[in-house]
Amino acid sequence: MESFSAALDLFFLSPFREMTALPDLLLQVIWEGFVSGILYALIALGFVLIYKASAVFNFAQGIMVVFAALVLVSLFDLGVPAWLALILTIGVMGILALSIERLVLRKLVNQHEAILLMATIGLTLVLKGAGQLVFGGEPKSMITEELGLSTGSSDWEVFDGIVIFQHIDIAAAVIAIIMVAALALFFSRTRIGRALRAVADDHQAALSVGISLNQIWAIVWFASGIVALVTGIMWGARSDVSFALEIIALKALAVLILGGFTSVPGAIVGGLIVGIGEKLFEVYWGPIFGGGVEAWFAYVLALIFLLFRPQGMFGERHIERI
Amino acid sequence: MLYREAGQFKTSYSADQALLPIAQDRIGLLFILVVAFIALPMFASDFFISSIMIPFLVFSLAAIGLNILMGYAGQLSLGTGAFMGVGAYSCYKITSLFPDLNILLVLFLSGFFSAGIGVVFGLPSLRIKGLYLAITTLAAQFFLEWCFIRIGWLYNYNDSGAIEVPQRMLFGLAITGPHATPVTRYLVILTIVSVMTLIAANVLRGRIGRSWMMIRDMDIAAELMGIRPLFSKLSAFAFSSYYCGVAGALMVFFWLGSAEVESFDINHSFLIMFMVIIGGMGSLTGCFMGAAFIWVLPVILRAIPPAFELNILAATMEHVSSIITGVLIIFFLIVEPHGLARLWRVGKEKLRTWPFPYAT
Repeated sequence: MESFSAALDLFFLSPFREMTALPDLLLQVIWEGFVSGILYALIALGFVLIYKASAVFNFAQGIMVVFAALVLVSLFDLGVPAWLALILTIGVMGILALSIERLVLRKLVNQHEAILLMATIGLTLVLKGAGQLVFGGEPKSMITEELGLSTGSSDWEVFDGIVIFQHIDIAAAVIAIIMVAALALFFSRTRIGRALRAVADDHQAALSVGISLNQIWAIVWFASGIVALVTGIMWGARSDVSFALEIIALKALAVLILGGFTSVPGAIVGGLIVGIGEKLFEVYWGPIFGGGVEAWFAYVLALIFLLFRPQGMFGERHIERI
Repeated sequence: MLYREAGQFKTSYSADQALLPIAQDRIGLLFILVVAFIALPMFASDFFISSIMIPFLVFSLAAIGLNILMGYAGQLSLGTGAFMGVGAYSCYKITSLFPDLNILLVLFLSGFFSAGIGVVFGLPSLRIKGLYLAITTLAAQFFLEWCFIRIGWLYNYNDSGAIEVPQRMLFGLAITGPHATPVTRYLVILTIVSVMTLIAANVLRGRIGRSWMMIRDMDIAAELMGIRPLFSKLSAFAFSSYYCGVAGALMVFFWLGSAEVESFDINHSFLIMFMVIIGGMGSLTGCFMGAAFIWVLPVILRAIPPAFELNILAATMEHVSSIITGVLIIFFLIVEPHGLARLWRVGKEKLRTWPFPYAT
């Protein structure tokens, strides 16, 4: 009994005691988690856009983030002004979207979802190889200041301590909110946005009222390419632009499970839960396990969550028929 | 002309239910086995045996493991690398705890640990399926990788964090460790892989295998027809993980010689998934074809520039081969989503009716 209550204390009481002992640290941890949560949410958003419109599980989203950021940085290194580099990168993502639709997706219409998933994994290999071939494998630093983003930080004195806010993190949060709002408007107010929702709802019905599937797919891939670019800039500003980002992007998959594959708000909420949850877990529970728990926390959380709610928080419940 | 079953009459049920009912197939398989067991060890160079044939066989076995789960039971999994790791680490642990135990016995025992872990991470499959399940298996991948790093007991607390394969004897011959010759290791692996493939082929066409396929084709209908999904799905996970675990143990003990976490990372899970998809889901022959394709292709690609005396950096070549592999995967998915095995089957059908393709 003695050891049992000690274990109980270790897992369920002492982390909370630590939290209340240093509330400023707790706030800092939550803020860090919030920011990385936003970045997870942005990657997950790219997944959701494509999955909603084409039922393709786009594994290449992570590498697209790296690719977009690398194109931007390399263009700038070549002497292109930052604003022009940004526009050119958007153009490159557009060409990428068009060619993916043209060369890969169009040929794989109506295939099993595992096969589409494999195709995007193949795409990941191609983009990774091409990226390393063209831009080299070493990490590059993001052109944060040239894009007009501040790199300073502000302190906030609270609870007899200070919480540090990096300006770039604040910018990330604001930009993410703007982008989600823009996407929401785009989906509900524009003609293309409505067509996208129609395709997401029912491919055949959308086809029958004259919506071009191919066009829609090119548009969603382009849209998620832009989301990838924004994510790449934000993430690159926090650390370097490197291919290691790709593995981190896999965590967005756990976010997707929490939020549901087809839900934009789900991606946001899921991202925040994973981001904040994993930082708290790492800081307060991590030492019990010997550290490094960030690597699996998101997945295990998703796994446990799925046992109770298989369709995710905002996912649609499918009724199966025979 | 040569590939005909005409005149081969079956006079008993057992002949009718044989694994290879057509005599030419039996001769072909016998030929392959003779080449693999006798000709290759006699004539092939050590390089060919140790860096092409041994990895090919290891990956074939792992691909069979994953194919049982993906192709036969219809449950996607991205955690193959970690399940191979469980096999490898438990094999290492058992043989260092009981050094006198026969290494082959240890090898087969270690598969059971992997099977157990597979069942645990297969539990969500009872509630969810498809891509959701694929992502939950990522939990297995990352959690187990973390265990391999953080739990020092698994690698006997040595400083490098790697597992070093000790020398083990069989019939007075070193079969693992630095003194084992490539040919010996190759023959051991070949025997194990052949036997396990035979077992898999028979399990798959038996009662359990059929229940897996029913679950794959339509789980609700299968349940209504009296298949227990709980038992079927978990047994598929157990069986598949057993094969992956043994493949992982083989990989470390008979190929790499020592291994760290990197040998079981997510890229290996993908590699084996490529093999299954390229080879063909739901085909054992396909596993071997896919493994050969995915493993041998980069080796050939790497050999091309020196052959033409081009001076290309090794790193550049690696990126190019990554691109080519990616393109080929997409190409194959577009041309034949059912993999090389389907191409092979179509080819055989064509051969049967050749030269009169319309005379059926």
